[in-house]
Amino acid sequence: MSTFVLLVATGLGLAGLYFLLAAGLSLIFGLMDVLNLAHGAFFALGGYAAWTAMDVFSWVEPLGLRFLIALNIAGAVGYLVGVGVEKLLIARNYGDHLVQILVTLGLGFAGVALLGGLYSYDPRALPQPDWFTATTTVLGANIPNSRILIFAVAAAVLAGLLAFLNRTRHGLIIRAGVENRQMVQALGIDVGRSFTLVFGIGGMLAAVGGTLGAVYFNGITPGLGTTQLIFAFIVVVIGGLGSITGTAIAAVVVALVQQFGNFYVATGVGDIAVVALLALVLLVRPQGLLGRSAR
Amino acid sequence: MTAVLEVADLHVHRGEAHVLHGVSFSVAANQVTALLGRNGAGKTTTLLALLGLLPGTGTAKLEGEELLGQPTHRVVASGIGYVPEDREVFSELTVAENLRLAARTPEATDRLELVHDVFPILHDRRTQAAGTMSGGQQQMLAIARALLNPNRLLLVDEPSKGLAPAVVVDVVEALERAAAETTILLVEQNLRVANRLATDVVVLDHGTVVHEGAMAELFADDDLTQRYLGVSAA
Repeated sequence: MSTFVLLVATGLGLAGLYFLLAAGLSLIFGLMDVLNLAHGAFFALGGYAAWTAMDVFSWVEPLGLRFLIALNIAGAVGYLVGVGVEKLLIARNYGDHLVQILVTLGLGFAGVALLGGLYSYDPRALPQPDWFTATTTVLGANIPNSRILIFAVAAAVLAGLLAFLNRTRHGLIIRAGVENRQMVQALGIDVGRSFTLVFGIGGMLAAVGGTLGAVYFNGITPGLGTTQLIFAFIVVVIGGLGSITGTAIAAVVVALVQQFGNFYVATGVGDIAVVALLALVLLVRPQGLLGRSAR
Repeated sequence: MTAVLEVADLHVHRGEAHVLHGVSFSVAANQVTALLGRNGAGKTTTLLALLGLLPGTGTAKLEGEELLGQPTHRVVASGIGYVPEDREVFSELTVAENLRLAARTPEATDRLELVHDVFPILHDRRTQAAGTMSGGQQQMLAIARALLNPNRLLLVDEPSKGLAPAVVVDVVEALERAAAETTILLVEQNLRVANRLATDVVVLDHGTVVHEGAMAELFADDDLTQRYLGVSAA
């Protein structure tokens, strides 16, 4: 029983990371039809931005506050780099999928290589407050607090994102744009501004994910985000493109299936089970759990 | 009569096809001009090109300002309302959200009440997802959305398409009220609806203008309607 609970808790932590990575991908694809293959580099960028911030603010005590500062700085860096990338590289290439794939793939490779050059390819561990690694006993299982923290941050991000999408005019424009971008323009709205905003938000979420990923995986490496990106794509497809709630549900399902498969059957089986799940969803419900049936 | 819109030598290509071959016409102020023609004559293409949703060459001037080459949102914000073929309401958004999205300025938000007067159904259904409404109700929403903002010109594409005759009557009444306030360029397949609303008519065939004149004259001339539209008005 306690093993089961531990697996669930660890799975929920992983689900939080998948969600943070996948939510941006889903919005970016849903609104702009851009497959952002550089998204994994944003994840790693966030981890290193946090690591650097921890270093620069090493005089800040307690460590928990320092971590909070680093998390926010990482999010801000992710947002700004996302906005910059959209304006410089993506904005002129909307509608041309081949160019988008080449540009974002190249940016992903270059970003990982740049981070490797700056920080080396060895894992950099993020200093963590003791209570991160301490455990809380839930139903007889000793759960590392960091797992709970990651899930809580992801849940807060989900709530914030839903409030943004449902309560603000920017959110309204984004939801409408996911459904019919051309008609949003035909209502006199500059949808290009929303594109930039969404790319920035995607970068921010990935960077926050990278910071928490550095905690979850006990260190950040340049390629960590790219490794996770494949699972994030699976989460996006299972959840339904452009649906944030669908992405959240799919993140939990994928992470739990992966955890259980890898533990109870054999290492690697969980990863394969996730791909099988993807195939099943594509066969039975190609639009994803909460996606629309057709554009 | 002054012209609100003057289109000259408009050419549009869609993929390999050369759809409009130098279309020229003008739309007189404060009345309805019908844009008629058979399927594939280039009516919808003309509207899309005016809106910047399709690239076109030539000139299209709204009270002297060139529209072609401008991004769609700027064309619309300069005072063009658009009611698309097939409505294109945002089906996952509520009726109220659809209207809020369309209201770009504080004045437009103030006009919400006015729109609710014209279309009380939209007030009753404000919390409903727009996609769950009937075709006629969605058409009302699409028209209301365009009426919220002050327009110099309203482009309306086949408002009667796919609607039951009783509902068409409601739509025509709504457009008559809109026509009292602004200039309309109306694409329509239903000749009776066009005749009821429009003063002037422009007929397209194979991407060129083949007839321009008074709507009532065309409607009364069986030879012309038969030749250009393949239908008889009677």
